[in-house]
Amino acid sequence: MSKEWPLWEIFIRGQHGLSHRHVGSLHAPDAEMAIKNARDVYTRRNEGQSIWVVEAKHISASNPSDKGPMYEPSESKVYRHPTFFDIPEDVGAM
Amino acid sequence: MYAQMVKSTGEGVKSRDEMSPEEAAFQDRIDQDIKIEPKDWMPEGYRKTLIRQIGQHAHSEIVGQLPEGNWITRAPTLERKAILLAKVQDEAGHGLYLYCAAETLGVSRDELTEDLLSGRMKYSSIFNYPTLNWADMGAVGWLVDGAAIMNQVPLQRTSFGPYSRAMIRICKEESFHQRQGYDIMMKMAQGTEAQKKMAQDALNRTWYPALMMFGPSDKDSVHSAQSLAWKIKIDTNDELRQRFVDQTVPQAEYLGLTIPDENLKWNDEKGGYDFSQPDWEEFFDVVRGNGPCNVDRLAARNKAWDDGAWVRDGLLAHAEKRAARKTAAE
Amino acid sequence: MSALFEFCLRMGDNTLVLGHRVSEWCGHAPVLEEDIALANTALDLIGQTQLWLGLAAEVQGEGKSADDLAFLRDAWDFRNALLCELPNGDFGQTLMRQYLFDEWHCMMLNALRSSTEKRVSDIADKAIKEASYHLERSRDTVIGLGDGTTESHARMQAALDYLYPYVGELFVADGHDEAATKAGIAPDLASLRDGYDAALSATMAAAMLTIPDDKFAHKGGRTGRMHTEHLGHMLTQMQWLQRAYPGASW
Ligand SMILES: [Fe+2]
Ligand SMILES: [Fe+2]
Ligand SMILES: [Fe+2]
Repeated sequence: MSKEWPLWEIFIRGQHGLSHRHVGSLHAPDAEMAIKNARDVYTRRNEGQSIWVVEAKHISASNPSDKGPMYEPSESKVYRHPTFFDIPEDVGAM
Repeated sequence: MYAQMVKSTGEGVKSRDEMSPEEAAFQDRIDQDIKIEPKDWMPEGYRKTLIRQIGQHAHSEIVGQLPEGNWITRAPTLERKAILLAKVQDEAGHGLYLYCAAETLGVSRDELTEDLLSGRMKYSSIFNYPTLNWADMGAVGWLVDGAAIMNQVPLQRTSFGPYSRAMIRICKEESFHQRQGYDIMMKMAQGTEAQKKMAQDALNRTWYPALMMFGPSDKDSVHSAQSLAWKIKIDTNDELRQRFVDQTVPQAEYLGLTIPDENLKWNDEKGGYDFSQPDWEEFFDVVRGNGPCNVDRLAARNKAWDDGAWVRDGLLAHAEKRAARKTAAE
Repeated sequence: MSALFEFCLRMGDNTLVLGHRVSEWCGHAPVLEEDIALANTALDLIGQTQLWLGLAAEVQGEGKSADDLAFLRDAWDFRNALLCELPNGDFGQTLMRQYLFDEWHCMMLNALRSSTEKRVSDIADKAIKEASYHLERSRDTVIGLGDGTTESHARMQAALDYLYPYVGELFVADGHDEAATKAGIAPDLASLRDGYDAALSATMAAAMLTIPDDKFAHKGGRTGRMHTEHLGHMLTQMQWLQRAYPGASW
């Protein structure tokens, strides 16, 4: 068996000005071909305006067992959410 | 289904008492519908079963290109040619998404491919049947994709995150497959005498193989019990088959075509149709490699892979040379 | 028949025949990503065929459709360049054929955007976006394989040697072409040659491939005078249902 093409993670920004979103992965010999392949594989139903590719081995991920320390502290900062504040209706839209 | 008779641990579902603390915590997450992600702890049996199931599903999409690909060059109009090509192309995409999902479990696409090509891994029995007239393109879309969708829609809720996300993408794309098939069937069934004959012939040949797609009854299978508990299987084979028949019979009636089953009859009591089982003897023959097209299908995939080796190697060699030149220049 | 009709046939038969050839790969490409990409190319070409042959049928004014023209003409009525009908061969030959065509196609479509015939420039405006991507992809692949391994290099050189004699036909004008040029519908074919040769040289240099010295050109596809034996076999498949069941609607 010869060597397999590297794996790339594909991020696409869609029509509506949202940020790039992970859509999936694919194989390609290099970054340029990865972008072309992403165009052919992941934008067949005109989903895309802009493509980012990152070789999968370069992605560092948080450890799932750290979920507690990573995300729970933010749960107690409810004041960061607008619904925390009761504003009288008379004030109008805010 | 696209993944048929997938073997699990074979040991049956562990009771809570038999589970290690890790296994219990894992099962809790599944019971609460929390997705399992690649780096999460998981039982080895879960990982292995998933690789088998996702791999087999991916192989089915890839081999599934062949029976329909068989008619791309003979499609009767430019529009039909484009639709069929786009449809078969989607199946290649589905295979690709699924291989990627399997890769998150620590197996490479090349390894899975080698297992397909050597016959160590299976693909769905349905793709070992031939497509003999143009109406088969209708029957395949309507019945084969229809049966696949029955299974894939619930699988969107499967417990493994990457598999579930692949299924969501696939289901979004699948929605046109069944409709284009039925659209061909409508044209044929309303067409000339010859076209009607093609349509009925296609239905006659596809009906039982489509019922086989769900696999033999698994109500007593230890493998299925484990897969159901892990939510990598959502319904039993019989439930899906019944749902498929109930959905399809009125569609055939609308076309004015006859489902080749004399025992087919509405059963008020159960609120569904009674129907004949397919010939399971034939099914096991096909699974063992003796279907009408097994040899041709595997030969075609092997040829594509072997003939393509120099291309894969060539493009990679070029990429490496370029990277080296770039480093040297810096 | 009018110059516009002939011209549309020549454009539409190129894309019909080449699109058909590329579609033959579906399910058999070296790697999934390439399988999907080839299908996209074929889909674009089939779509362009519908536009060109649709316009041809409209100009012809005999109540025919694009499908009638595609499925009910015999080989001698086809007006595609011979290059497009040559068999796929290996993946390298397919991509080399694609590149040689794409380079010409892009130049042609670019020129057609300023056609005096609005229906032609409209099609060109749409098709150029697709063709530009095809060119980017086929050029990169030709370069990658030419400058890849010893084997891939040898195969690409063989492909170029085999296909190069079919390039010249793309630039040889006959009476119909001259009439189209005169009417402002299409550019003078010969005027595209220098740009093409320059692009080809650059690509082949990057691909480490040698362009054959011999400028001999096979001809006869665009005029319909003499196709290769390959076209007839393609048509027997492509047209079979329409021929076997005349009058049926699909
Ligand atoms: Fe699929
Ligand atoms: Fe399918
Ligand atoms: Fe499908």
